[in-house]
Amino acid sequence: MKNGVASLIVGFIFALGLGISGMTQPQKVIGFLDIFGNWDPSLMFVMAGAIIVHFVSFKLIRKRQSPLFSSEWHIPTKTEITPSLIIGSVLFGIGWGLAGLCPGPAVTSLASLETKSFVFVISMVLGMFLFKLVDRKINLKK
Amino acid sequence: MHPDWINALVGGFMIGISVSLMLLWNGRVTGISGIINGALSHKKGDTLWRVFFVIGLILGGIFLKIFKPSVFSGGLETDLWTTLVAGLLVGFGTIMGSGCTSGHGVCGISRMSPRSLVATLVFIGAGVVAVVFFKKIGILL
Repeated sequence: MKNGVASLIVGFIFALGLGISGMTQPQKVIGFLDIFGNWDPSLMFVMAGAIIVHFVSFKLIRKRQSPLFSSEWHIPTKTEITPSLIIGSVLFGIGWGLAGLCPGPAVTSLASLETKSFVFVISMVLGMFLFKLVDRKINLKK
Repeated sequence: MHPDWINALVGGFMIGISVSLMLLWNGRVTGISGIINGALSHKKGDTLWRVFFVIGLILGGIFLKIFKPSVFSGGLETDLWTTLVAGLLVGFGTIMGSGCTSGHGVCGISRMSPRSLVATLVFIGAGVVAVVFFKKIGILL
């Protein structure tokens, strides 16, 4: 239960950060990606700000024996650059450029009650199922 | 009003703080696509924290909707089919590529994961090319 409450608080702060930063405004995201047009570089500072904080905090937190509410760390350890990493990221990037939404802002935007947010989140979840379905047949994730 | 980049930086700090708390408390990476995907997979004892995280995101959204609704302005003029295709691509792509803007772009780069650095460069690059292309063919204005 502690894990649940902790996650809830994290999700809440995360959503506020997304909203304040501008990530929940699709036109702004498109403006950020439109380097060769009317470029709006401001969203660069979202990633920069988050990385500055977490680059330092990661090192400090990992000095602990274990996290506060879990007996062990659950941190990805893979280092290999695989074709699925590249192809998946290309597909994600195209979708991101098409709708101006990535998963976090999309879920947060459900609160706006706009039809588009619901269509996006539902189709995103379908896309996840679709990947697992295809992956089971032809093992895409090599 | 603050210039956009200050809001972006402040929001970025808040995101950095929230992913740090997730690591400190639960020992986990805050990757939204992975959290959602895991919540749908029903692995025993691994669902609750994921569902609560998503609820937290939505509660945050509701808070914003009440106190700062302008954060949900700036929607695109595209039709619902375009949104549907984009959603499918984002869902499929993030699971195939093991992460999105949060998992790779923030958490992965912060711990200097080479996979995350490559993935982030690739999805930003693909996004840039996609926007140029979709503007050219008139899907994006």
